Amino acid sequence: MQASEAKAIEVTDLTVAYQEQPVLWDVDLDVPPGVLLSIVGPNGAGKTTLIKAILGLVRPAAGNVLIYDKPYEAQRRIVGYVPQRGTVDWDFPTNVLDVVMMGRYGALGWVRRPGRQERELAMQALEKVGMEAYTTRQISQLSGGQQQRVFLARALVQDATVYLMDEPFQGVDATTERAIVTLLQELREKGKTVVVVHHDLQTVTDYFDWVMLLNIRRIASGPVAETFTPENLRTTYGGRVAFMTK
Amino acid sequence: MIQEHLDIQLIAIVTAVACALPGVFLVLRRMTLMSDAISHAILPGIVLAFFLTESLSSPLLILAAAATGVLTVVFVELLQRTKLVKEDAAIGLTFPALFSIGVILISRFAGNVHLDMDAVLLGELAYAPLNRLDIFGYDVGPVSVYVMGTILLLNLTFILLFYKELKLATFDASLAATLGFAPTLIHYGLMTLVSVTTVGAFDAVGSILVVALIAGPPATAYLITNRLSLMLTLSAVIGSVNAVSGYWLAYLFDVSIAGAIATMTLLMFGLVFFLVPNRGLIAIARRRTRQKWEFAQTMLVIHLFNHEGLPEAEAESEVAHLHEHLRWDPAFAAQVVKYALNNRCVLQEETQLTLTERGRTVAQQALVQ
Repeated sequence: MQASEAKAIEVTDLTVAYQEQPVLWDVDLDVPPGVLLSIVGPNGAGKTTLIKAILGLVRPAAGNVLIYDKPYEAQRRIVGYVPQRGTVDWDFPTNVLDVVMMGRYGALGWVRRPGRQERELAMQALEKVGMEAYTTRQISQLSGGQQQRVFLARALVQDATVYLMDEPFQGVDATTERAIVTLLQELREKGKTVVVVHHDLQTVTDYFDWVMLLNIRRIASGPVAETFTPENLRTTYGGRVAFMTK
Repeated sequence: MIQEHLDIQLIAIVTAVACALPGVFLVLRRMTLMSDAISHAILPGIVLAFFLTESLSSPLLILAAAATGVLTVVFVELLQRTKLVKEDAAIGLTFPALFSIGVILISRFAGNVHLDMDAVLLGELAYAPLNRLDIFGYDVGPVSVYVMGTILLLNLTFILLFYKELKLATFDASLAATLGFAPTLIHYGLMTLVSVTTVGAFDAVGSILVVALIAGPPATAYLITNRLSLMLTLSAVIGSVNAVSGYWLAYLFDVSIAGAIATMTLLMFGLVFFLVPNRGLIAIARRRTRQKWEFAQTMLVIHLFNHEGLPEAEAESEVAHLHEHLRWDPAFAAQVVKYALNNRCVLQEETQLTLTERGRTVAQQALVQ
């Protein structure tokens, strides 16, 4: 196989079950390099679980995940992860710059402490998300949108090739959402692969070039133009969605 | 006599600092109850090791107890992982079971040896200096200082070495996992330290008060600072202050030293809870009062501003009119006027109020928002 044909993410026959209740059932997903892909589906469709399974955070009952032809464990350095904002304790005693520097911990490895270089990289990432004025701000004093941008900066500072983001637009205002989208599109222009768990069906065509429709099983995945059809959406949401096509 | 004072205080300080350091991470992980569980559950470990060695000072005791402590954590997590039992209930089920095994073992087999329940529950700091370490016939100080000193050094080394990893795993365990930092390993590492520390401190302060040393100073420091490194330092300092002041409290009133230290821990927390700037209860109450007056003042200047230069201005600017227009009772209205006068937002001539330039700006700003 030629290097150019390598898939950024290749999920085959992935099944995840919590106590015999399948959360993901026999899911396949091929993501080519350099696309901006959104995963959409109703609540409980297994979107977050899919991301976590790709990252090795949940153990699959069956199936396989490859990042550029290798298992995740061998590719940690090139994968950046933005978890849901609500998964951490924002009262933790630390400031914005410190949280962003955590993105460099993987490259540092065990025991080595972050230094000036990490600080500078973190500053650059904060500038990219427009948060450079908040470096010393205690994280509990950030708004939801600011927290989200800090998390984004923390992923950017990893300088990854593949990014997995769990609902980065959750609870942010329209301006921040636009800023984040622009940033994601810039990443794609640089040849990075970005996978985003997304909720707002209205913006899928505007923001993304690929889409995966998921409801425990994979309904469809591919370029938005071919995949994001009323018929596929009806299958995904069980006819409960009043859908507006552009 | 003086030597005894110093020895006991030294043991108390070393114990307090050794407990406070891992305590910081327990408080941040919302796991302080786990230290309570560990401090009780290690009892069967101690008893079994005592049967094996027939000595209370054998290092095997500490190892056996620490192993039981880690076992407690494992049991709690196994129960929790079934998803049939929540964490608090899992803790509540595990440690009494282990503790009671210890109690039964003592009452059945160790009735006539020195391993009584009082010592286990409360410890006795006053006797700690009596057990001294001899090296080649020289008395080099109480054994407790060396035991707790070693544990303190162990904790300090672990935290300094893995500071970054502990911080990440505590703040965001899933990121830690994706970056390959094995949060479970870090978790058990920390829990092993907590177990070892608890066993060491157990001898001096008993199994109940260990929890005060582990949870108290970090919870107090958490009220003061926003930085993890400072929180660690402050916890150590606060722990030491509690230890020394507790010792003298006990000396003064001739009471249990461990009890007095725990009392000081609580007092210290209460003091900070009320007094700390910005976040303390008193600061919050003062801020609320100030906000109340600020708001009333803003209403007053907006009222004056709206009628300024209009025919009805004279009637509306009458002090006596305010209670009618703004629905304030006269006493409150008088106080608001006084507040606004002090802030030079309004001027008063006879019973007439006029806006100052400053008052006008305040009104305009409030209206723009």
